[in-house]
Amino acid sequence: MVLIVLFLFNEGLGLFSHSAIEEGNVIAVNKNNQVSVLSAEQLKDIFDQKIVNWKELGGSNDSIILFRLEDISNYYSDEQIGENFEHLPECISKLNDSISGIISFFPDKYWTTGFKGKKIEFNKITIKEVFAGKEWFPTAHPAAQLGIAPLLLGTLWVSLGAILLALPLGLASAVYLSEIANKKVRSILKPLIELLAGIPSVVYGFFGLVVIVPLIQQLFNLPVGETGLAGSIILGIMALPTIITISEDAMNTTPRAMKEASLALGASKWQTIYKIVIPYSISGITAAAILGIGRAIGETMAVLMVTGNAAIIPHSLLEPVRTIPATIAAELGEAPAGGLHYKALFALGCILFVITLIINLIVEFISSRKKYQNS
Amino acid sequence: MKLPDENKLEKLKKRRQRIAFIILGTIGYSIVAILISILTFIIVKGISVISWDFLTSMPEEGMTKGGIFPAILGSFYLVTGSIIVAFPIGIMAAIYMNEYVKHGTAKKIIKQMTNNLAGVPSIVFGLFGMALFVNKLGFGDSIIAGSFTLGLLILPIIIRTTEEALKSVDDTFRQASIGLGASKWQTTKNVVLPIAFPKIITGMILSIGRVSGETAPILFTVAAYFLPRLPQSMFDQAMALPYHLYVLATSGTNISESRPMAYGTALVLVVIVLFTNLLANALRKYFSNKVKMN
Repeated sequence: MVLIVLFLFNEGLGLFSHSAIEEGNVIAVNKNNQVSVLSAEQLKDIFDQKIVNWKELGGSNDSIILFRLEDISNYYSDEQIGENFEHLPECISKLNDSISGIISFFPDKYWTTGFKGKKIEFNKITIKEVFAGKEWFPTAHPAAQLGIAPLLLGTLWVSLGAILLALPLGLASAVYLSEIANKKVRSILKPLIELLAGIPSVVYGFFGLVVIVPLIQQLFNLPVGETGLAGSIILGIMALPTIITISEDAMNTTPRAMKEASLALGASKWQTIYKIVIPYSISGITAAAILGIGRAIGETMAVLMVTGNAAIIPHSLLEPVRTIPATIAAELGEAPAGGLHYKALFALGCILFVITLIINLIVEFISSRKKYQNS
Repeated sequence: MKLPDENKLEKLKKRRQRIAFIILGTIGYSIVAILISILTFIIVKGISVISWDFLTSMPEEGMTKGGIFPAILGSFYLVTGSIIVAFPIGIMAAIYMNEYVKHGTAKKIIKQMTNNLAGVPSIVFGLFGMALFVNKLGFGDSIIAGSFTLGLLILPIIIRTTEEALKSVDDTFRQASIGLGASKWQTTKNVVLPIAFPKIITGMILSIGRVSGETAPILFTVAAYFLPRLPQSMFDQAMALPYHLYVLATSGTNISESRPMAYGTALVLVVIVLFTNLLANALRKYFSNKVKMN
């Protein structure tokens, strides 16, 4: 356990000692340029040509001219560069000197002494950038965008949707099982529901993919059925067994004397349920709900298979969303070990770990308070 | 004599109760119906695919034909490996907690850690397994790395069930043994463990079900998309059932043609999970009856 924490956080926090620019590269500008520090977001906007004038960045009124290494042939012939690129650093240096609005992106081995240009400095990635950043685009060129807001929101939306679906239904079934159904029905249904908690998430995901996704697509007439709603429904179904068993157990602890007293006073069985049983077991029900959310937040495979995985801030549950676990699962395979992207995914793992830890502690707190009350 | 409006109230109360019970019952049964229909769906769609060939041959033609033998074998290796990793540690931890330190802070800490470990999402185990076993210890993507990762995942289950098993052993057994001059370890080894053993086995069976279904922890520690040959040693990659289902469902070369394969794989997975759970339940019942008779 300690080891897990150590490793995760070691890799995850390494993110903040990085700057967002691709390792082994430099960004250079003309030496007379007043801009000397850029953020990752600004850099991306420059290379996406959303920012076209240095004025927008606090520099002088001069349009921005982009230069990537592959553009070199527009300026120099192969002979001038040299057969083995031996004159390449010199050429880049000259370009940076002569064009006033230039911004160039090239590997740092070409940054030689006496380079006639100015290196742009990048701040280390900050916590604020990561949490408030609206764009998750870790492979962006030349600067990775590591805003996790869309992922956090995606996770929250899907999990909340799931719990909104599962809680009322689960609670109703728990009441039915614990208070209304006769013993025989209960002894069949309860193990059955518990059994369903054991079905692997990838099977639920597969079911969602072949049944629920097409259904949603037809029902709402959408271009794609892989939406947050599909994720919520599948997660809701998956959370049901947890919610039902835990809240049913809680209701079962209601002292018989209390129930009988209520009935003896003339209350109906239904009145007893909502006036005595539910208030008495409310802490157990809360624990069930929170545990359900915890399961939904951490669930990976089912969500990965049905939510469409678009890393954009969702505006409704009918859009594709991407959750934190799904992001890790989908991207870790492609992220080179030790790189920025890899570390960013470990940071996501840390966030996930902390969230579930908090959830566990809350549940524990609730149930320990309950024990205290009982004694 | 009752007043007439009191009669009305009584009727209203009854009617309300009837409506509420009908609603609750409908919801309860429909949820069970939904869950059962998922199962039935997988079973009905998968049963026509299952054959001896499907279970024992290699995938063919871009996984649209043939069988899933390497995935079954891979899952078998992973289950065995993770149990070898987790079982001794888990049992020792539980013995230590239950027999040796009945009330210390050490016990509290271990208990707290186990509880928290049980709540950690499986993908986080995958991340950790990748960082430690695959990269740091240099196992690479291999069965051994996957076994260690999955072993960690089932450790809480094993500790918890073993602890329950040990707790269920009546203290008189321990007192009698110690009274006869046996040491604590002798008592644990010769008296407590044999009595608790059947229940410990149920924990193991449950973890078999869990391990065979987990996908996220093996994504980056062992699972291979497709391997033309079976793994030769524990340092080889392997295919595994849940990952195979994921691949078939989402990223096969020809998704619509590999659908039947996917249904078949899903059914195999479901059967393993249902079987292990039922077996564990049956064993638990059988042994609790036996203990009562004694």
